[in-house]
Amino acid sequence: MSFPVALVLQYLLNALQLGSVYALIALGYSMVYGILTMINFAHGDIFMVGAYLAMWATLFLLGLPLNLPTIFIFLGSLLFTMTVTAVLGVSIERLAYRPLRQAPKVSAVITALGVGLFLENFTLATIGPEPRQVPAIFPVQQYSWGGVAFTNIQVLILVVSFILMVLLDTLVRRTLTGMAMRAISYNRVIVPLMGVSVDHIISLTFAIGSAIAGAGGLLYGLAYPVLDPYMGIRIGWWAFIAAVVGGIGNIRGAVLGGYVLGAVEIFTPVLLASSTYRDSVAFSMLLILLIFKPTGLLGRPTVEKV
Amino acid sequence: MRQRGIWQVFRVLCCLALVCGAVGCGAKSEQEVRLGVNAELTGSKPTVGDSCKKAMELLAAQINQQGGLQVGDKQIPLKLFIEDNEDKAESAAAAAQKLISQNNVLAIIGPNASGNAIPAARICEDSGVIMISPWSTNPKTTEGKKFIFRACFIDDFQGQVMAKFARQHLKADTAAVLYDVASEYNKGIAEFFQQFFEADGGKVVAFVSYTTGDKDFSSQLTTIKAAAPQVLFLPNYYNEVPLQVKQARNQGLTCAIIGSDSWGSQELLTLGGADLEGSFFSTHYAPDIATPKAQGFIKAYEAKYGKKPDDVAALTYDAGLLLCNAITQAGALDRTKVRDTLAQVKEFAGVTGKMTFRGGGDPVKSAVILQVQNGQFKYFASVQP
Repeated sequence: MSFPVALVLQYLLNALQLGSVYALIALGYSMVYGILTMINFAHGDIFMVGAYLAMWATLFLLGLPLNLPTIFIFLGSLLFTMTVTAVLGVSIERLAYRPLRQAPKVSAVITALGVGLFLENFTLATIGPEPRQVPAIFPVQQYSWGGVAFTNIQVLILVVSFILMVLLDTLVRRTLTGMAMRAISYNRVIVPLMGVSVDHIISLTFAIGSAIAGAGGLLYGLAYPVLDPYMGIRIGWWAFIAAVVGGIGNIRGAVLGGYVLGAVEIFTPVLLASSTYRDSVAFSMLLILLIFKPTGLLGRPTVEKV
Repeated sequence: MRQRGIWQVFRVLCCLALVCGAVGCGAKSEQEVRLGVNAELTGSKPTVGDSCKKAMELLAAQINQQGGLQVGDKQIPLKLFIEDNEDKAESAAAAAQKLISQNNVLAIIGPNASGNAIPAARICEDSGVIMISPWSTNPKTTEGKKFIFRACFIDDFQGQVMAKFARQHLKADTAAVLYDVASEYNKGIAEFFQQFFEADGGKVVAFVSYTTGDKDFSSQLTTIKAAAPQVLFLPNYYNEVPLQVKQARNQGLTCAIIGSDSWGSQELLTLGGADLEGSFFSTHYAPDIATPKAQGFIKAYEAKYGKKPDDVAALTYDAGLLLCNAITQAGALDRTKVRDTLAQVKEFAGVTGKMTFRGGGDPVKSAVILQVQNGQFKYFASVQP
């Protein structure tokens, strides 16, 4: 097998597109883990709800007799989706996780799985099992550059995810709120003594994580415009692996992990001539990585304090 | 102690209820023809399960309106027991088991997808209960089994039809196949297509797979594009094909695209829209060339549900008709007698064409090729076996 440069570039571009979506969802896993050392398994389903919300928002805005410019429709849908998923994330934390904060960790994890199942089946019961089509906001335009084919949607996904990631990174590293988040993840017992409201910061973390998952849902719907209530499960698992690979709790690690997983998904069928091994490759990679570097690529080991 | 006494009474009552239930079932089975429906009501192809359920309910309503099914010298009403198999192999087997042991059905219609029909067929065969799958085209469903039938053609015929069509009508020398490796139906038909296409002098230049539930096919499609085929064969279900076609076109693949009977749902058109224009696929029946009998069915279905029946609905209706005919001919609610009658059915005129059974569970019947034209399925050609 020989691979011309254009072909490799094409595969890389595909991997970047998929990796961006994984990275956006992995961010939410990582942020919540960082602050609560809890894995929010409902996160993949929040992404699914986000995709459905984006579909409705787009349908509504396209249906208005105003002839809005497409960029406005896109931004309107994005804003709506991110707001509602943020509210959803905060409500889930408030109703399902906060009462269990003093309970053993495993209770919260089981609850998270339960919340995920609830979201899936609630969507199934209210919207129905039929796959839904996302209306196209932008007419697809194809470009070809040196044998590499790409579309305006792909460019949009890459750009919007990049902007969101940079914004989030700035928030966590450069603002007072971000400092409080990092402080809580460092030590949850001491930080309240400094006048920081832990509940407030945790709610904010859920809001941001869920809003980014919602944005991921919208972008995903643009690229793969068929939605079903179970779409969050597999993506959620892959994003979770991405977060662990990058070093769970680390924002930049989650982004890196997302792109690594995107590359695994795209390159496995190419190199092994069958997609069957894709999940085995991803999970084997996770196992091997955890043996040699239990904290993930960019994670820092925690020191047990006495 | 008092507590325990109450508990004992409760246990005795439970046992009594169970015994009464069992006796009740036994006594009732003569007064109604108990049929099970094992359908994909939820999961990834809910349209299939919905059509199957609706067609059986229509048939039962029609027969019961006339006083019931003629068995011997009596008219006995039909009673349906509908179970959801969630489009999962294990749930399909569990649904079959439940229909047999709890509802004591005479026969089961469904499951439809081969991945569900194959495990359910094993359960039915072991219990000696007749199962007719309306839509499962994989040979393994009926292979080596006595009580399992189907109302559709099988995949090697379908693979042959599409391979021949690609070679002769589309004049293709090279073909590519993208199929779901985790689903028996998709995998089976992909392999038959490859076998017949190459036997016919063509060359399959890319034979690549994905896994059920995937949404991103860009990696596989890039590989396919690099192999530059003249035709792309997508033997996949209607909920995945639109994404595949859309992504193929976005990658700049311009070759003809063909498919199999799993395309035959109106959902394909609502999800896929313009990208599928001009594509061909093989299927079981074409509403545009319907016989008077088929016209009657289409009208009744439209009147009851307000939409056109798809191929699953038509095949389910045929499966039900085949079964009811066999019960009447056998003259008794006896599984073995009905089974023997079914295996000898000759020239049965159903909604989807003539069917003949030659002692086994697979009918000999023709296929049609449809084309997507102006957002609708249009009849293109018939292929005799």
